[in-house]
Amino acid sequence: MNVVIALTITGILNLLGSIFNYRKITPLLSIIGLAAAIVFNAMYWNSNQSFFNHMMVMDNYAVAFGAICIVLAAVLIIFYNRFLGEDDHHLPEVLSIIVFSVAGAIVMVSYTNLLMLFLGVEILSISFYILAGLKRKDLGSNEAAMKYFLMGAFSTGFLLFGIALIYGTTASFDLSAIAAFVKLNGAATNYILLGGVLMILVGLLFKVAAAPFHFWTPDVYQGAPTIITAFFATVGKIASFGAFYRLFSLCFAPIASEWSGVIMVVAIITMFIGNISALQQKSLKRMLAYSSIAHAGYMLLALLSPNYMGASAILYYSIAYGISSMAAFVILHIIQTKTGTDEAMGFTGLAQKNKTLAFITAISMLSLSGIPLTAGFFGKFYLFSSAIEGGYVLLVCLSVVNSFISIYYYFKPVIESYFKNSHTDTVIELKNTEAVLLILLSIATIALGILPGFVPSI
Amino acid sequence: MHTLLLLIIPIVFMTIVLFLKGKTAGYVALTSSILSLVVSIIVAIHLHFNGYFDEFNHTWISSFGINFHVGIDGISLILVLLTTILTPFIILTSLQKETENSSTFYALILLMQAGMLGAFTAMDSFLFYVSYEVALIPIYFICGLWGGENRIAVTLKFFIYTLAGSLFMLVSIIYLYLQTPGNHTFEISEFYKLNLSSTQQTWIFWGFFIAFAVKIPIFPFHSWQPSTYTTAPTAGTMLLAGIMLKMGLYGLLRFVLPIAPEAVAYWNTFAIILCVCGIIYGSVIAMRQNDLKTLIAFSSLAHVGLIAAGIFSMNVQGIQGAMIQMFNHGVNAVALFFLVDLLERRSGIRLMDKFGGIASVNKRVAVVFAIVMLGSVGLPLTNGFVGEFLLLMGVYQWNMYAAMFAGLTIILGAVYMLRLYRNIFFGEISDASRSITPMSMMETIMSYKLVALIIVLGIFPNLLLNLSAPAVTKLLNLIANHSTLTSAL
Repeated sequence: MNVVIALTITGILNLLGSIFNYRKITPLLSIIGLAAAIVFNAMYWNSNQSFFNHMMVMDNYAVAFGAICIVLAAVLIIFYNRFLGEDDHHLPEVLSIIVFSVAGAIVMVSYTNLLMLFLGVEILSISFYILAGLKRKDLGSNEAAMKYFLMGAFSTGFLLFGIALIYGTTASFDLSAIAAFVKLNGAATNYILLGGVLMILVGLLFKVAAAPFHFWTPDVYQGAPTIITAFFATVGKIASFGAFYRLFSLCFAPIASEWSGVIMVVAIITMFIGNISALQQKSLKRMLAYSSIAHAGYMLLALLSPNYMGASAILYYSIAYGISSMAAFVILHIIQTKTGTDEAMGFTGLAQKNKTLAFITAISMLSLSGIPLTAGFFGKFYLFSSAIEGGYVLLVCLSVVNSFISIYYYFKPVIESYFKNSHTDTVIELKNTEAVLLILLSIATIALGILPGFVPSI
Repeated sequence: MHTLLLLIIPIVFMTIVLFLKGKTAGYVALTSSILSLVVSIIVAIHLHFNGYFDEFNHTWISSFGINFHVGIDGISLILVLLTTILTPFIILTSLQKETENSSTFYALILLMQAGMLGAFTAMDSFLFYVSYEVALIPIYFICGLWGGENRIAVTLKFFIYTLAGSLFMLVSIIYLYLQTPGNHTFEISEFYKLNLSSTQQTWIFWGFFIAFAVKIPIFPFHSWQPSTYTTAPTAGTMLLAGIMLKMGLYGLLRFVLPIAPEAVAYWNTFAIILCVCGIIYGSVIAMRQNDLKTLIAFSSLAHVGLIAAGIFSMNVQGIQGAMIQMFNHGVNAVALFFLVDLLERRSGIRLMDKFGGIASVNKRVAVVFAIVMLGSVGLPLTNGFVGEFLLLMGVYQWNMYAAMFAGLTIILGAVYMLRLYRNIFFGEISDASRSITPMSMMETIMSYKLVALIIVLGIFPNLLLNLSAPAVTKLLNLIANHSTLTSAL
């Protein structure tokens, strides 16, 4: 289990940085650690190796999802360097928390035992509670941490209760044993099992921020420092979906008829609430928070059709969404620090001030709204195809309606930056590393949109 | 391979244009568009004389059975020719005046050309969808960056409207894809072989119909059109009215008719009634317009309504008429917008009541305008006549009363166009009219070419009809042989 070990060692080394006074090199150290983790991770491709007495397995699914999380975390750390504000003397601790949460994400996508699922969720969530409250003197940040902690702890309770109920009926935490039991006995009369499934569903829907369990999201996303919000919205969401899909496709697929109705309703509500609330937002950060709720709604479609390339679809969508979302949040952070506002008017006249940044904004927004030749379009196409193949045509039509609602708000920053003239003369410049990284993100967005074959099927 | 070349040329030149400045960018873009024209004429000659079907097929996304399959048959050819003939005119019109950020402007025009050619040549439905959408992005930025007042709201409405329609097409395409046997494929010719039940056909029909009805636009899906045409810069309006809306009509021929013929036979009453409503509605509103661009926008609504009605009548006259009229309408629309732009550039206005008496100030403009106007009205020996005659004949065979109302387009068209002509060119000479200086060399050449096209195609319509005839026959055979279609035709 070299990946988790590498990440843990990196995290501990970072922590020691404050004691032995090498905090200046901790960002570099974290990047090296994450790079090592990526290499170890890649080595498990096609190996299907299982660890710790079948507690975890590094199958292709785990490797692929793990890779996205690690890469996104690495991108984030490179950017984080820039955004040091009042808290820079806590740099080593923050970095170690980020690295630890990635270790949690890895556990969440590779578990084969419900206990590991719980552990992974906890490692990830507890790190997130701390990260949300990173700006200690900021009231919003404190509110975000508190809210996230209370709501998160509450939902973890549901998850744990569900796990207990399932253990009660199947007498096992092991996914394959549970799957065998479910397949053999079905669930039509086994109300305790059904109750357990429902509890787990509630817990996980909290984590992916699906309606009606989404109320924490806008406040937490808005209160936390923007760069941390990027982390929540990408790594947090992708890891949770990785865990979610893994559990429901492996264990509960035979009784899909019992829970698919719930997911369907939740997906519809989530898409509409996310998109319609996003329309109303003045703050772009809050808008992106609501849009991330809407994206959770689309991703739920994949859960409904596990037999028809659902895994590949959700993987592709995660990559597309992760890349574009990361770029969008980072740009927002840059604009916010320069102009002091997180509303659309911060983008006004961006095309005249900084062509590269305006172009990257346009690409990431087009991708998030799903316009062809970007990764976002193919992600939607993939999800819709698998859902139609599963027979959910009406659901796809509703998602399509949502897709074009979302254009209205995704185009706001694009319109501001291209079609309006700036009133202020703030200079917006990028450092070289940032520019390179952002350009790489948009190249990846377009490349994946034109040649989606790069992403392997799993 | 020529087809591939047609797609590569604008994209390669687009990247070059991005690095140039000022008018040079425009001239390089012009070179690109003329190269495309030459290639498309070579394709036309090959297809017409050797019956050679030019295609290129390469696996694109293997796990989904998506191919980069482009080819040009008779139906595509007319639209490819339309695109390649009009693009040089559009670029030349823009070259008549200074454009801010010209490199971006011309690059976007070339990207748009590539997108539209991609849609017209795609033999793979996924490729068609992608091209259909890709063409939308450049026109959005052209209208948004260089448009007139209120452009932000207008272009956003246009974009959302069009995309909303086409997303339903995407759902239909995925549905059809999943119906194909074995390893699914997006190949359009495979879609033709499907045996869809009438319920399935009905859903597919509506999915595509909404997409194309917004694009064409068919009444009552047209509300984006007049405001967008008026707001867009002249090049944008020309691209939209001349070429882009033909993507919708082309889609009807390529997808709706052959894939869901039974549904078309059932629903075409409804569709044709909408088209005829659009014809009358557009014409009546055009009669009351003062802004020249808005007037032509509404007249365009009427003209394309007739074309769509011809397609839905599902007979050889209607479809052949649609083929030729798609081309002619493109030429006439671009010619009209060119002349309006010419007046606007000189006087700074395009309001009808501010002009008057131009005929005694500038005779050459008056004569050219007269010919273009007559072509648009559909006077015999101009191009508009042949198309409208065939279309009305097609609609007549379907239903006499429908043809009666559709035929009003000619009378009403004459009413608003002649009113326009009288107000602008006759009567007292107004201040605005005095500023209409003689045409420049380039403008003279362009207008003569457009006039020549209008007259030549009016006298020798067979030039176009022969190009599309074999493909139209094939299309009709396909519809007739469709196993589920029994007594409907």
